[in-house]
Parts: sequence; C-alpha cells; structure tokens
Amino acid sequence: MDRIRDQINATARRVPTWAVYILCLLPAPYFFYLAVTGNLGPDPVKPLEHKYGELALQLLIAGLCITPLRQHLGINLIRFRRALGLMAFAYVTFHLLVWAVLDVQTLGRVVEDIIKRPYITIGMAGFALLLPLALTSNNYAVRKLGVKWRKLHKLTYLAVFLGGVHYIWLVKGIQLEPLIYMAVILGLLALRLRGRKPSRIAA
Amino acid sequence: MAHRWINTLTHNDITPHRAFLNRRQVMAGLAAGAGLAGIGGAAHAADGLEPNSYEDITQYNNYYEFGTGKTDPARNAHTLTTSPWTVKIDGMVDKPGDYAMASIMEAMTIEERIYRFRCVEAWSMVIPWNGFELADLLGMAGVQSGAKYVAFETANRPDEMPGVRFPALDWPYVEGLRLDEAMHPLTIMATGIYGKPIPNQNGAPMRLVVPWKYGFKSIKSIVRITLTDQEPPTSWNKANAREYGFYSNVNPEVSHPRWSQASERMVGGGLFAKRQPTLMFNGYEEEVAALYEGMDLKANF
Repeated sequence: MDRIRDQINATARRVPTWAVYILCLLPAPYFFYLAVTGNLGPDPVKPLEHKYGELALQLLIAGLCITPLRQHLGINLIRFRRALGLMAFAYVTFHLLVWAVLDVQTLGRVVEDIIKRPYITIGMAGFALLLPLALTSNNYAVRKLGVKWRKLHKLTYLAVFLGGVHYIWLVKGIQLEPLIYMAVILGLLALRLRGRKPSRIAA
Repeated sequence: MAHRWINTLTHNDITPHRAFLNRRQVMAGLAAGAGLAGIGGAAHAADGLEPNSYEDITQYNNYYEFGTGKTDPARNAHTLTTSPWTVKIDGMVDKPGDYAMASIMEAMTIEERIYRFRCVEAWSMVIPWNGFELADLLGMAGVQSGAKYVAFETANRPDEMPGVRFPALDWPYVEGLRLDEAMHPLTIMATGIYGKPIPNQNGAPMRLVVPWKYGFKSIKSIVRITLTDQEPPTSWNKANAREYGFYSNVNPEVSHPRWSQASERMVGGGLFAKRQPTLMFNGYEEEVAALYEGMDLKANF
C-alpha cells in the first residue's frame, strides 16, 4: 500500500497543473461539436445541458476527494484542487449558458424560471455560491484573505450539496443516477464531520 | 359510433423516409467536409410542421419500463415479446374477455393519422401514426350505459422490461380517459408508424394516442382496458399529483411546476432551433375544446 501511495505521489508531482486544466476543458468543445453535428440525438439541447451539468458535479466531487485522500490514504493531490474547482465552476457556467441561451432562449423566462421553479432556484444558488470561490482562486486573493480564505471556501460543501439536490429534483420520477451522486456527496461531506485526523504528510 | 375526423396534415407534409435519410447523409458529408456552417438552420421548414424522421421517432423515446434515458428504450425494448399478445377488456362492457391482438387487427380498419405529439418535458414531434379509432375497439366490446371512464394498463414484465426492476414509478403503468375523450374520433390506438409495425420502444403492439394531451397520457403496450364509472388512477398522478393531473391537456397557460409549457423545442431542429409557441390543446382546440366546456382547466389540469 505504501509503495502504491508513494508511486502515485511521485507521479503526481511530475504532472504539471496546466495539464489538468487542458484535460478538464477538452470535453466542453467535444460535446458541443457532437451536439452541433447531430450526434447527441435529435434533441441536442437537453443532452448537452445535462452533460455539462454532470461534468460540473463530477469535478466538484473530485475536488471533495482531495482532502480525504490525503488524510486517510496519504495521497497528496492538493496541487490539483484549484484546477478542479475552477473547471467545475467553468462547467456550471457552460451548463447555465446552454440552459439560458439555447434552451430557454428569452431573458424574461430565464428570470421567471429562476424565481418560480425551486429546482432552478437551487441550481442558481449553487452557482452564486461558487462565484466568490472562483473569484478568489488566485494567488493574490489567497494571500490577501489568509485564514478567511479557508473559511470562505468551505462554501463548496453547500454548493455541491445544492447541486446534488438540483439533480434529484429535476428528473421525472425516482431515478437511480442522481441518488448515487447524492450518496457520494453525502459520504464525502460526512468524512469531514468526523474528528479530523492529523495529516500524515505535512502540507 | 363517433364521426370521422379529417386529417389536416397530409402525405405532402411528410418527408419521405428515404429522402430524409439521403438529406442526412448529404448534411453529414457537409459537416465533415466544410465545417459546421448552416447545419442548425437547414433542418426546418418555415411553418415548423415538418414531420419527424422515422429515426427520430423510434430512437428518441420516453418509455421508463425500458430505462429513463431517451435512448434506453430503443436499446432495451427488443426483449419484449409482442406476439402473441392479448388485451383484456373488462369492467362495464357487454363482451368482456381476452382479445387476441391478431383478431383485433382483423376486425379494425387501419388508417394513417399525422398528429402533433407534445411531451410534458416541453419537446414535440410530428408523427405519422397508423391505427384505428379507440371508439371502434370499445364498440366491439360493447360499452354499457353506466360507464364513465376508461382505464388502461401497460404490460409489467420484469424479465423483459429492465426498467421495472427499479421503482422509478409504481408499476404497472396505468392511465385513464373520460369516456367522451376515449370515444373522440381523434383518439386512436396506434399499431404502426410510417406504415411499418410500431416498434417495441414506441409501445408495440398497440398503444393509445391522444394528440391533445401530453405524451405520457398515451399509454404504451396495452394489456388491459377496463370500463368503469370511477375516475381511474394514473401513474404520473400517483407519483406527483401536484405536477400531473388526470386530464393533462396541453395548455400553454397552465404552467407545469418544473417546465414552462408556453413554448416547446421541436425535436430534430438542431442545437440552435428557436422554441415554438405551444398551441392550446396542442393545436386541436377546434376539435376538442367542447369536451371541456364549463370546466376550469386550471383546476382540472
């Protein structure tokens, strides 16, 4: 186990963070291309909207995995956490744009939907919570905010939870996939509620 | 028996299947060779009434018994045995019993009906169905005078329907109509699409089509029809009564709690297609508005 851990940590040290940005961004134009060329089915707006939303949720979840991986398994991927968070924010933004511009199409109705439809209100709340986090994800803000930065970025927990609720609420009937996402999210949040063990590797 | 309904959409409104496929290939060639320009706009006629391709209609389905994704039914529904098939007709009828699908088909006259189809999720298609009027089938069984409603039930076969192994809904799927809605000449039992037998994912061997209501009212793969004097339960109403009423008429003025119903995306229009305004009773107002005279459609949504 220790050998595997050390190997992962050694490999991770060699991966530049810009590679993570590139890798995370690639699906965006790829799925857009599929949608334009009719390869996401005859009603491409919804699958594209859903794909971006799902990717956002997946990246948020990946970001939530970083700390427990370090605390419980000694795997240190903290260098990539900012990239994951910012890319998650990017996909939430893409998701929102596809919904507003290609799906709903009129500003009046976008506003109406945000106000009138609770699952959209919740989704928008999640986006609003992520906005200050994205804006403070630069070295200057991290230095400037100091201890407050860590507190502020705990808003992620609420944002990802709202994302999970948004997903469960938007599907028709009871569907398995959003429930699995929610279980994973709650599991990762629960790890943070338990007494914190001191990290095995000095940060 | 009910008077005949005259179709206003004709064969001229259908893109011939082969022509459609040819155009798809041409467009695919264009996309590969010359970039993406023009794809979004090319697929649409100005009036928005261009019927969907056979491919769209049979590859893009809601049929939760075979999975909740739009492509799940086309992938999974081949496991359903549709022949032999028996439909039980019971309740307040003169001749209750198990009717073999083959004998129903022999007794009925199949005709083509080109209908708009509007899903509660705010997408729509135009579909050339083949089928017969439900009124004719009910006439065959002999509706008794006290009957006020018709209840329908879908097959419930966990071995053949992977979706019913998970409680997405309370299986089997059930639906219902008021008797006058059921007897209306627009209401048909569809057994084909584009002149071909209806594929499993579209509700083989026989499904209901009620074109002025949201698509989920048009129950698929029917195994039982019951005449009753009580309003029957319906699956989506049981799952969420606040969102899915018994009537579920297409109504741009009654907003679904989760989807605005004022406009719709026409399937097949591409990524940049403009939404279309939704028509009252899905465009069949002239034919069916009289059924609801004096009713508050906001309360009876």
